[in-house]
Amino acid sequence: MKQLLCPLNGLRNISEFLYGGEVHEPSDPRNSSASDWAEHVFFDKNPAGFVLEWWCHRPTSYWFIAERNTITDEVLRTLPSSEIFSDRVEFSAQIDGGARV
Amino acid sequence: MAFGLLKYGLRQNYPSAHHFTPTKPLKPHYDIVIIGAGGHGSGIAYYLAKEHGITNVALIDKGYLGGGNTARNTAVIRSNYLTEAGVKFYRDSVKLYQNLSNEFGYNIMMENRGQLTLAHSDAAIRSFRWRAEVNQHLGVRSELVDRQTIRDLVPNLNLSEDARFPVLAGLWHADGATARHDAVVWGYARGACQRGVELHQLTEAQGIDIEAGRVVGVRTNRGRIRCGAVVQAVAGASSVVGQMAGIKLPIHSFPLQAMVTQPYKPILNPHVSSPHVHVYVHQTSRGEFVIGGGSDPYPLYHTRATLDQKEILSAATLELFPFLAQARILRQWAGTTDMTPDYSPIMGLSPVQNYYLDAGWGTWGFKATPISGKMMAELVATGRVPPLIQPFELERFYRFEQVNEAGATAASH
Repeated sequence: MKQLLCPLNGLRNISEFLYGGEVHEPSDPRNSSASDWAEHVFFDKNPAGFVLEWWCHRPTSYWFIAERNTITDEVLRTLPSSEIFSDRVEFSAQIDGGARV
Repeated sequence: MAFGLLKYGLRQNYPSAHHFTPTKPLKPHYDIVIIGAGGHGSGIAYYLAKEHGITNVALIDKGYLGGGNTARNTAVIRSNYLTEAGVKFYRDSVKLYQNLSNEFGYNIMMENRGQLTLAHSDAAIRSFRWRAEVNQHLGVRSELVDRQTIRDLVPNLNLSEDARFPVLAGLWHADGATARHDAVVWGYARGACQRGVELHQLTEAQGIDIEAGRVVGVRTNRGRIRCGAVVQAVAGASSVVGQMAGIKLPIHSFPLQAMVTQPYKPILNPHVSSPHVHVYVHQTSRGEFVIGGGSDPYPLYHTRATLDQKEILSAATLELFPFLAQARILRQWAGTTDMTPDYSPIMGLSPVQNYYLDAGWGTWGFKATPISGKMMAELVATGRVPPLIQPFELERFYRFEQVNEAGATAASH
């Protein structure tokens, strides 16, 4: 079975992992238009070639990032998400200037 | 057709006619370039020529005719979907399929053997009841059936109550059918070529020329073609070709692996699918059991085989048909499924003028071949979106008006 190198747990079988989608720039739900939000939710590059992706090691619920070639299924590298996302994002339920939902 | 067959049979020798135009140089200009010579692309070319008299058309493909996902699906035809838009669309496709052999004068080996979907939980029974009601309302033969009826339909199905997931009920779809997928694309391409459409195989689209928001040409490995309109019909590469025109799509491409066993005597009549154990099985007219299931767990543009996916398919098949335990796998393959968020296709206009989309065909492309060909041809010829495919426009995602068919797939993906 194919194996993936988890930054936390080392080399594990691919069946232990969950694919979590392409890595995006974080969007700002408070200031984006409906169509920007639709694009963020539904649309992806889906490229043929190298792409940064979210993966989760299910038994430990550990999310990390992998760079994988979607033509050859070759994984170039895996890295902790903190190497790309270092700033903490505060999500609050308060919508600016609007009702609380 | 019968008279033609008799005349052919009484001949001294049997000349085999050329089905398709021999390869010739590309012209510098076509009215329409269709990228992708699979069932859909060929179908669009056929209906453009036959119903709209548009024949200055180049049907191009980077490989050979029908060599992509048209050759890789499991050839299931059915219309027992859930939404009104979905049921109407696939219903009209099944109707067109019924007459296709006569229309072509060419046997597509259509077999109306019905399709049985199995429920292993109360939740599934509830959704089947819902689907049956919607289907019947729209004129599709679909009904909830009990275990005894299932036993009559498929005597060798494992209906034991000791099974890991016992079968509780079924959704019987008498309109379900199968056909020879290669014959469908050959029939369409032959009909298109006879009317003047040019088929260009080994002609890969490498770029799309756009001027002032309007498509004006296609760059290929055999040179540049200027054209008035482009249709992209490249299941399995929708995002990649869309990107050439600067169009971003809500698609993720996953492999879907399937396999067939060695041939056996006829023993299984209908097509049987179980969304719960993720498998669908039918026996072809030459005796092989075709086995397919869910897509792979992560996206990939490669059609390699994995042992774990084959084990999952085999285990699920044995849950339903334990007698296949000694069957040998004769061959296996994979196709690339362009999955959309709502499990419905994307047809219609695109952000680029005169560039038309026939994309996002996931696991539902083969059954839609005739109707999508006909509707897309009407759209390209008239410039107006036919009401039948209007709900499937790319724009629906920006309006949050998805056509949710995730619950009506033959195996969950």
